[in-house]
Amino acid sequence: MSLSVSPTSTGAIPVPGLAPAIELVNVSRRFVTPDGRMLTALRDFNMTVGRGEFACVVGPTGCGKSTTLNLVTGLARPSAGEVRLMGAPITGIDPGIGFVFQADALFPWRSVLDNVAAGPRFRGEKKKVAYERARDWIARVGLSKFEGHYPHQLSGGMRKRVALAQTFINEPKILLMDEPFSALDIQTRTLMQDELLALWSGSGASVIFVTHDLEEAVALADKVYVLTAGPATVKAVYDIALPRPRVMSEIRYEPEFIEIARVIWDDLREEVQIGQQRAMGQAH
Amino acid sequence: MTMTITATHGGAAVPTAAEIEAGIQARMRRRRLLVITLRIAILVVALGGWEISTRAGWVDPFFFAMPSGIADQIWTWITEGTSQGPLWYEILVTLEETTMGFAIGVAGGVACGILLGRNKLLADVFSIYIKIANSVPRVVLGSIFIIALGLGMPSKVALAVVMVFFVVFANAFQGVREADRAMIANAQILGASSFQITRSVVIPSAMSWILASLHVSFGFALVGAVVGEFLGARHGVGLLIATAQGAFNANGVFAAMIILAVLALGVEYLITIVENRLVKWRPAPFNEHA
Repeated sequence: MSLSVSPTSTGAIPVPGLAPAIELVNVSRRFVTPDGRMLTALRDFNMTVGRGEFACVVGPTGCGKSTTLNLVTGLARPSAGEVRLMGAPITGIDPGIGFVFQADALFPWRSVLDNVAAGPRFRGEKKKVAYERARDWIARVGLSKFEGHYPHQLSGGMRKRVALAQTFINEPKILLMDEPFSALDIQTRTLMQDELLALWSGSGASVIFVTHDLEEAVALADKVYVLTAGPATVKAVYDIALPRPRVMSEIRYEPEFIEIARVIWDDLREEVQIGQQRAMGQAH
Repeated sequence: MTMTITATHGGAAVPTAAEIEAGIQARMRRRRLLVITLRIAILVVALGGWEISTRAGWVDPFFFAMPSGIADQIWTWITEGTSQGPLWYEILVTLEETTMGFAIGVAGGVACGILLGRNKLLADVFSIYIKIANSVPRVVLGSIFIIALGLGMPSKVALAVVMVFFVVFANAFQGVREADRAMIANAQILGASSFQITRSVVIPSAMSWILASLHVSFGFALVGAVVGEFLGARHGVGLLIATAQGAFNANGVFAAMIILAVLALGVEYLITIVENRLVKWRPAPFNEHA
């Protein structure tokens, strides 16, 4: 089998003449807990995501996966090291960033249409243009009939579709996703993964997708980062050479997929066990 | 659909969905009727007991009034006017003081609540003073306001404002603080400025807290206005109470009380209508009539 299921050190597919979309160089992130103790979430963290590349980050629960995303948004600053977008250091929230949250972050007092139009409206686009584009994006996620509905009237999967439309309408060059589908049932999740890949393939965005679900990571990504139990650092990077376009409901049964998932799982399992033991140790 | 279900169960004895629904609806109607009957029964027993015990001489109507006397008093006020002038004018004065105090108190409370809720430094600096001011029994301020602002309307409005402000402030502040972090981060990344976040995320999410405080605070505004009138005024329902008290007219005190209760209930109803219109995005609650 000519599969390259081995950890690579660099991971990035270098595009000549262009800086990678996202770079985290020797980044550390420390927190001070309310009782004044220092907590290290990330340590000497290195990550490079090329332009148009889909990177997944997997690691044990609570290891600091989400922290990496907050550093890229500019909502949090690294304690040490540097984060660069398109080769330039981060100075604030980059307008080219889109973020899909784990929790429901839709505005419950706005209809679907107003939720999707929120980004363009915040950015000062004319009302008519913003709504026209919002309608277009709502149609692309298949919710045209639900424009006037409020979020509480929609199912979990539909709300995620709205969240995707809300993010993609800003045409992000960098797409960050923090376990976006973890609250969905398995059938809905598969549909949403297909939806995401369809939207992404037309966008050219560079993606960091954080998940604790290894199969989801392998199915979606060009590249999988495995993190150690906290403080998180990169344990290994795997290139996933599965051909695109991928069909989520079928890819799980392909022998290459299973082979890759098993190799990565061997790596991840150790960290999950360490994380588990540490969590149970804290209870005493 | 019902056809297949009965067919699979293989019996005509199984009730259809329509029959079951009809049964449930009949049961719900009976229950609603029972609740209303019991409510009326309690009212009749309470008022009737009061009336009988005063007529029988067990309770002295001179001190504790009697329902028929209270009804008479209200009727006299309506038809012949009060000693201070027509009843509607007294009510109008009290209502005007209350609504003005309520409006100013709510506006101030909401503005300060949002300002302090959004600014950590201001909140840390002022929280101690607000706690102190809140622990002062504010009704006492009524005396100061009468001295400073006179017997006219401003002193009553001021007392109503003070009564309302802290309730609304506390709720607006809490509502702003409870605004969902993910939602704010989402707005920020979507491109919202700090002002846009306040306007389109923070205020709407604090709205249910603020609206909840309005129910309580209108009652507080009414208390402020009435106590103000009580302490010294030329017109108003509070003065009616003070006059009745001075004349040992227990029926008059209760009559004024009932007028105030009707006012409060009426405004409560209006606030509920406004609330339902403002927060129509919320899932409909299951109420007793559902």
